[in-house]
Amino acid sequence: MADSTYPIPGSVEAPHRWSQAAVLEWLNSWVITVDHKKLGILYMLYAVFFLLVGGAEAIAIRIQLLYPHMHFMSPQVFNRIFTMHGNTMVFLFGMTYIFGFANYLVPLMVGARDMAFPRLNAFSFWLTFFGGLLLYYSFIGGGGLYGAGNAPDVMWWAYAPLTERAFSPGHAPDYWALSLIVTGFGTIGASINVIATAFCMRCKGMTLMRLPVFVWVNATASGLALITITPLTAAQVMLLIDRYLGGHFFDTQAGGSAMIWAHFFWIFGHPEVYVLVLPAFAIANEVIPVFSRKAIFGYPAVVAASVGIAFVSLGVWAHHMFTIGMTSVGNAFFVLSTMLVGIPTSIKIFNWLGTMWGGKIRFATPMLFCTAFVVQFLLAGLTGIMLSVAPWNWQLHNSYFVIAHFHYVLVGAIAFCVFAGIYYWYPKVTGRMLSEKLGKWHFWLFFIGFHVTFDVMHIPGLLGMPRSIYTYEADRGWTGWNQIVSIGGLIQGIAVLIFAVNLIWSYFKGKEAGNDPWDAWTLEWATPSPPPAYNFATDPVVTSRRPLWDIKHPDDPDWKYE
Amino acid sequence: MLAKWLKCVFLSAKNWCLLLALFIWHTAFAEGPQSTPSIYAPASTPAQSIYDLSLFVLTITGAIFVTVGGVLAFVVFRFRQRGEDDTTEPAQIYGSTQVELAWTVIPILIVVVLFLTTARMIFAIQDAPQPKSALDVTVVGHQFWWEFNYPKYGIHAVNELHVPLSDPQSPTPTYLKLLSADVIHSFWVPQLAGKTDLLPNNVNDMWIDPHHTGMYVGQCAQFCGVQHAKMLLRVYVDTPQQFEAWVKNQQQKAVEDESVATGRHVFETQSCMNCHTIQGTAATGRFGPDLTHLMSRDTLASGAMANNKDNLREWIRHPDTFKEGSLMPAMQLNDQQLDQVTAYLATLK
Amino acid sequence: MSAAAVVHSTAEQPWVQPSKGRVAMFCLIIAESAIFTIFVVAYIYNIGRSLYGPTPQQVLDVPIFNSIMLLSSSLTIWLAERYIEHGNVKAFGLWWALTFLLGAGFLVGTGIEWHKLIYEDGLTISTNLFGTTFYSLVGLHASHVIIGLCMLLLVLLFTITGHVAKEHAERIQVLALYWHFVDAVWIVVFTVVYIIGR
Repeated sequence: MADSTYPIPGSVEAPHRWSQAAVLEWLNSWVITVDHKKLGILYMLYAVFFLLVGGAEAIAIRIQLLYPHMHFMSPQVFNRIFTMHGNTMVFLFGMTYIFGFANYLVPLMVGARDMAFPRLNAFSFWLTFFGGLLLYYSFIGGGGLYGAGNAPDVMWWAYAPLTERAFSPGHAPDYWALSLIVTGFGTIGASINVIATAFCMRCKGMTLMRLPVFVWVNATASGLALITITPLTAAQVMLLIDRYLGGHFFDTQAGGSAMIWAHFFWIFGHPEVYVLVLPAFAIANEVIPVFSRKAIFGYPAVVAASVGIAFVSLGVWAHHMFTIGMTSVGNAFFVLSTMLVGIPTSIKIFNWLGTMWGGKIRFATPMLFCTAFVVQFLLAGLTGIMLSVAPWNWQLHNSYFVIAHFHYVLVGAIAFCVFAGIYYWYPKVTGRMLSEKLGKWHFWLFFIGFHVTFDVMHIPGLLGMPRSIYTYEADRGWTGWNQIVSIGGLIQGIAVLIFAVNLIWSYFKGKEAGNDPWDAWTLEWATPSPPPAYNFATDPVVTSRRPLWDIKHPDDPDWKYE
Repeated sequence: MLAKWLKCVFLSAKNWCLLLALFIWHTAFAEGPQSTPSIYAPASTPAQSIYDLSLFVLTITGAIFVTVGGVLAFVVFRFRQRGEDDTTEPAQIYGSTQVELAWTVIPILIVVVLFLTTARMIFAIQDAPQPKSALDVTVVGHQFWWEFNYPKYGIHAVNELHVPLSDPQSPTPTYLKLLSADVIHSFWVPQLAGKTDLLPNNVNDMWIDPHHTGMYVGQCAQFCGVQHAKMLLRVYVDTPQQFEAWVKNQQQKAVEDESVATGRHVFETQSCMNCHTIQGTAATGRFGPDLTHLMSRDTLASGAMANNKDNLREWIRHPDTFKEGSLMPAMQLNDQQLDQVTAYLATLK
Repeated sequence: MSAAAVVHSTAEQPWVQPSKGRVAMFCLIIAESAIFTIFVVAYIYNIGRSLYGPTPQQVLDVPIFNSIMLLSSSLTIWLAERYIEHGNVKAFGLWWALTFLLGAGFLVGTGIEWHKLIYEDGLTISTNLFGTTFYSLVGLHASHVIIGLCMLLLVLLFTITGHVAKEHAERIQVLALYWHFVDAVWIVVFTVVYIIGR
């Protein structure tokens, strides 16, 4: 096969598909590809794989915490597992799903043939791929699997001076720093590509104000990633200098500072979570209008709010450090900036509600996930406001309340949107619909499991249970709550397994999708499913934000109202 | 339809509020210390102020949730597609400047109110002037135990902090200076105050003024290594008489009991004194806890187990039994040495 | 299948978008600025905090000549850009080579400075906090100079072998942007290390 597409299920090439040469050639085409669609799929496969791995780590944590003084894992292993759970979910699921969706969809949505720099695209993916592999190699490198090897065991924040040679003599922090420096370069390359494509490769007529919101928000997230990943790289380089070259950045005995690691890490860490969540918003911004049968409400406000969130999020980092001993003025400043970032965020929620208002909402699986996302994100934002109140934060910081809050965002908002996006665009990518029946089972089980776990999880935090503990005392009154949380985790695990089954089964047996199964309006739905290697046979020309709406409704086109 | 009703139930504010109210009630009406260190059972001014502020914030956020969640629930019902084959499109509304303005201005106002209330409380707690009657204690965090030094009395306590009761009429708060000997730790006793971190090379301050006597529990709240989970805290709030008696006892040198001289000899020759101090003897090690008044404490190894002879003996024999990965090495003593040194340490009241 | 909608505007305006090479280089510069900012902040925060060892006042000499070399290389590269824009490959090659030499000279000068600091003053990256922050910040900059010089050399080799022509002017300008960035960073590093920090 000379072109760079993958076998369409049931295509005529079937007879010689299984010869060894054909299989090898097919595998090779994936390894050397520079096609944005294939790279997007590779990113998504990587993301889903590590979602499952990270999920398994979470289940292990929840089993250990079922009873006080449980011996399911030793403290050393537990500390490695929860650190790896955090790193996996943030870097190997979070940072990869965003480029999976962006890579596949941005060129299609702007009417381009590929990303701006296809070879850089491939290079960035493989950097990320191997960085993740290096991180997981830590389990078996050095001391081997016994005691979970050399996997990082210092929390995903890796606070100094715990990570200094004196307190971490093994190689755990080194695996952490080195693998993330490598994936960091991958992220920068991918971000550059997304921005260059969004601004320089648009088809004729697609002014910036006609860019799909998905593209705007992904470009914003990529821009934010550019500014935010390098501070982490900087801090990690400083850590490596301390550990290997005898540096003193975080060596308090030589005048160095423990606090400065916290500042540098969170200067990365906070905007990072917005890099993770903005692409989830991007997905919702496409799904909600299509399934409400209305244009997005307040397009300029939505775009401005998204960009505003990115800017303001650069100034809120020390709300992760309210207890570290900043002055009262410093604390007050970060209270204000954190509360301010809630404003553009709430504007987005209101705009989604405005989009749904007056619509004709179809509750197919993608919309189920997006509706749940809206209410869950609202709750997450409200617990975020609670956490921004510094004195209350002095109680809640580092407790299970915080874990509940950020999982509400990471799972309740991001994972739900990722599922919505997969159910929405799977037909475009594979040419087949995902099973609605399995989809609904997936949704309801996951929704119930999610709420059982993460609603209840707030309570041990309010009752004084700190995070990062491998066990707890029996008389603290936390046991029952922990058990409920763990059960919810198992329910979510079952739901995700159903999802995995759906993905595989539907690839072979799903209903054929056609170009535009959802009756949507952006350019990707104008191509066959899956699109050919060149995307568009002739370059599209657009005159509004919803090119397909204009074609389907020539009597009532968008450009009359924009 | 069942699906939609289920969704409504979950979306409704009632369930959320009920859950919250249930456990607040569970803990809130208790007075004084309790085994569950709930932030909703404050026993000291900082914790009480935080509790009051939290109720205010909860009210506002609750109202927001009810309003916005209610709108969402309404939208989900009112505007759902009725009938599978209805393919007409609804009216396309692209936006509304007035509406956008309204839902921008209202959140800004809410933020202003929340911020001003919060800022006021930050200054009230963090910058509270220290009264003359305050007791100063320096807290030094170690991997994985707590050191409490009282400069005024010249005593070095370990793991269990004793402070005097504070009468709201004439307060006698305790002001803590927080420092770390190694990595970052955090001092958290929820019923008494919010947590504050202990950093190496950087002194932090916090204060408590407990209104009820008793024992309050807490633990280290910043991941500090393998045994972070068992770096527990106990704060004993004493009546003035109890406190004075405790101070007096702590100021004494170690009990000298001739009957356990062999045990003392084991202690001094088996390198225990390299890490531990026993006042009045040659043991002046600083890496591990001061053992002068070991038996005056209720627990061993910062709360890991009850303080009795059997546990003590097993701890010395094999610390990993209780606290795997703690920095105390197993000293490879034989049974006889273990019995002797345990007998000796058991006399250090 | 295309999505050609009815084009209702009669005026055929040229469809102009920014050059993707430039946009990409700006993005890279933003990312690099962020990493330099962190190291600069670390340097400034740690001024005066060394507990022992040589201080900046004791051992640092202001590298005026070095800085003049590097900053004038920005001028020479600008001139080279102008020449290639007009298709004058010979003049371009000359000024480009001069840029490379000036940059290399800067590196040599830095090497000489470090040699003195290490062997005469006893200041290494592990000596004290000043050593750590100094070598990491100046070293980060020097590493970017090295990368820039590699790129410059590559273009120089292409020029010498006759592969560079007027149509490559855009790409050369994108590369020159990187070089200007490296120079701009030096201005900041110079100010922070040799003026403020001393």
